[in-house]
Amino acid sequence: MINSKFKRSYLVGAGIGILSWVVFVVVNAPLGITTALSEASGAVAVPLMGADAVAANPYWAKTIPAWDYGTLFLVGTFLGALFASVSDKTFRWELVPVTWRERFGGRVGPRFLTAFIGGVFAMFGARLAGGCTSGHGISGSLQLAVSSWTFFIVMFLSGVLTARIFSTRSVNKS
Amino acid sequence: MTLPIQGNLSLVFAVIFGAIFGALLQRGRVADYNVIVNQFRFKDFTVMRVMLTAIIVGGIGVYFLHQYGLAQYHIKPANMLAVVVGAALFGVGMVLYGYCPGTGVAAVGTGSIHALIGFFGMLVGGILYALSYPWINLNILTVGVLGKIRVPELFANIVAIPDLVWFGALMVVAIVVFRMLDHGRKDFS
Repeated sequence: MINSKFKRSYLVGAGIGILSWVVFVVVNAPLGITTALSEASGAVAVPLMGADAVAANPYWAKTIPAWDYGTLFLVGTFLGALFASVSDKTFRWELVPVTWRERFGGRVGPRFLTAFIGGVFAMFGARLAGGCTSGHGISGSLQLAVSSWTFFIVMFLSGVLTARIFSTRSVNKS
Repeated sequence: MTLPIQGNLSLVFAVIFGAIFGALLQRGRVADYNVIVNQFRFKDFTVMRVMLTAIIVGGIGVYFLHQYGLAQYHIKPANMLAVVVGAALFGVGMVLYGYCPGTGVAAVGTGSIHALIGFFGMLVGGILYALSYPWINLNILTVGVLGKIRVPELFANIVAIPDLVWFGALMVVAIVVFRMLDHGRKDFS
């Protein structure tokens, strides 16, 4: 019934589903990442714009930087992946991933610039939509939220279109 | 001990839950640039396998927990214009970055330097959003406001479909699609 090659994907998916049960019951919160990132962006903005300007911003007023649940969940996500990759010996410093190298070459500059711009778009989009792949995509979709299923579908279509446009610019077309 | 846990103890659980989440993302290979980008190129369906399984398993469980009063829903408001435009921008960002915010943070833990660069980009994106927020709040978040609505409620006036039927349908679609994929083009792993 289940192709064993993909068993791990289903087990991990089920694991995230079960983690959601526990998180909903134990701390009465959904899974989420970008609210904490918004707090972090406020903390970073303080030396750039001044504490008063950040405090006066109506959005940051809703996501005040703090070592709160969301921020520590983010820290945990980093630590968990670090521990998991060290323990299965897959940890490695990666500057340019294989798929990128095949299509756009091994230069670090273009990859870093694209990653940075992608990060800007992803975060801005996530905040505008009210969540990311975790908050909307998994946590929201499993509650059958209209906002989250809309996000999931539109995000995927946009990503497919972007991948298509982006790959026509590749240096060595496959 | 009363649930839900609040205060400082919840911060301990935050790290534990986050660590489990991060470890699952890494072990599921979704903290990997190649796996994520190849989902959008229809060459590797790992991301969809993980996400749909999480939604179905998580959703059925949370549904029963909610039925028995052990869990509350946290529905994000359907401000449709903001959700659609935000999701479209997010899709562009996810392909360029090669990660979503959660898998990006996890990828930094696996040694991905470009994920860290994109993390800084996300902080800049957060600053840009906060600065744009007063205008967005007036002009974007006010368009197509449906409230904190769930899919079964959206169709309730036409036909009442219970939650579990939605999950059952989702499960059938997932099994059919993934079995077709398994017999056709193979994911590379």
